[in-house]
Amino acid sequence: MLQRPYKILVVDDEPDIQPLFMQRMRRDIRSGRYELLFAGNGVEAMERLISERDIDMVVTDINMPEMDGLTLLNQIPSVDPNIRSVIISAYGDMKNIRTAMNRGAFDFVTKPLDFDDLQVTIDRTLRHLEEWREVLSSRDKLVVLQNELEIARQMQQSILPTQFPQGADYAVYASMEPARDVGGDFYDVVRLDDGRLGLAIADVSDKGVPAALMMMSCRTLLKGAAIGSRGPGEALVEVNELLHNDNEAAIFVTVFYVVYDPATGQLTYANGGHNPPLVVHADGSSDILPLTDGIALGLVPGIEYRQNTVALAPGDTAVLYTDGVTEAMNGEGEFFGTERLQATFASAPPTDAREANEAVFRAVHSFVGDTPQSDDITCLALYRSKAGAARPAR
Amino acid sequence: MGIKTERTGTTLVATAEERVDGANAREFQNDLEQAIEESDRTVILDLKQLFYISSAGLRAILLTAKGLERQQAKLAVCSLSDPVRGIFEISGFDKIIPVHPTLGEAITALGG
Repeated sequence: MLQRPYKILVVDDEPDIQPLFMQRMRRDIRSGRYELLFAGNGVEAMERLISERDIDMVVTDINMPEMDGLTLLNQIPSVDPNIRSVIISAYGDMKNIRTAMNRGAFDFVTKPLDFDDLQVTIDRTLRHLEEWREVLSSRDKLVVLQNELEIARQMQQSILPTQFPQGADYAVYASMEPARDVGGDFYDVVRLDDGRLGLAIADVSDKGVPAALMMMSCRTLLKGAAIGSRGPGEALVEVNELLHNDNEAAIFVTVFYVVYDPATGQLTYANGGHNPPLVVHADGSSDILPLTDGIALGLVPGIEYRQNTVALAPGDTAVLYTDGVTEAMNGEGEFFGTERLQATFASAPPTDAREANEAVFRAVHSFVGDTPQSDDITCLALYRSKAGAARPAR
Repeated sequence: MGIKTERTGTTLVATAEERVDGANAREFQNDLEQAIEESDRTVILDLKQLFYISSAGLRAILLTAKGLERQQAKLAVCSLSDPVRGIFEISGFDKIIPVHPTLGEAITALGG
């Protein structure tokens, strides 16, 4: 194993202790396993600990001038609480041994020194130290991870609109419930020219910070493409090309993008590998929008995205959602599924976008009960009102 | 989850069970990559016992396929359960990863 030698500070006021240690431990010193440092009392020991900073363990005598070993034990943690100490005590001096152990000594050896026993004790202490350091390092990694998740969560929340456009005869409402370890759902609503609206819902195939970054770039690209393109198919082609460049990590995103024209009630959509939305009618019946054979974005360059147009009748609601809805699982391991989603609306046809959105979340919550949520749950609803204000068709 | 593998010549057949989702996709990919040897030319994922795969699981399959491309090997999936077939079709993955109805057909198609 390639690593620096363990630095061991030996503290004893007997002048012959240094040559004795050097001689008896010469093999481990020569092999680079140990590096021995010496101090004649507690005060000198503290000076060494402070000036060296990377001492791993201390082997100390108890009775010494100026500062004894028991006092030293009390002071070591102020330099580094992870330094391990072994004390050398007189044989049978249980009182001092107990005091030392209570002050945090890891182990003790007795005089006259048995170097074989001392070696075993030192090695055991160093092994313990290694394990302890591993524990500390995984704890640190966990903290980093949790911080990352918090960043990802904030990024995700920051890009989701909370204000929605509303027309004389339509309303939009959307929300997202993040999973504990942050999935990659997002939605967006863009105002286009001629009063049309661009509505998008998407799910990134990873979690945490990578997903959040993908989400940010996808949302920005999609906004640009939505405004600049002639239709949803063209917008997805453009975003797919841009996402595909430099996507070594193969993070992809499923996107459903629809352009709604309030003047005609027409929905024109293209689908990049996303769950097809529902159109719920005023009587509670619903249809799943036909697939258009798209592939999730960011995977394959140069593909076309076919688009399709359907009409939203007055009283209809388009319900866009991510698989967090249909794949929400209850305690028995069952999925919520599309049928339950349709049944939710069959019993209570929505009369508003927000109402439709909230009905979805209510139904999913009551289905899953206490089962932890493993994926983001997102739903975007577009409602065309029944008593549609008379607007001239374009 | 847990995968089982069986090798015939340079063809590795791996069976995945239950579900691959965000919680175990990395483990699934690691297990798969551990099982694959440099001499393998064909890897077939038999998914008849798999009932759910999330986008993280699809990504794990895709990354494995990309890794195999580097050693001039191919990856295909076969015997998809209904829910998993639905997920492949909706996401468009059936156009990226070759899908075969049965293991036999997959082996024949890949010349294994």
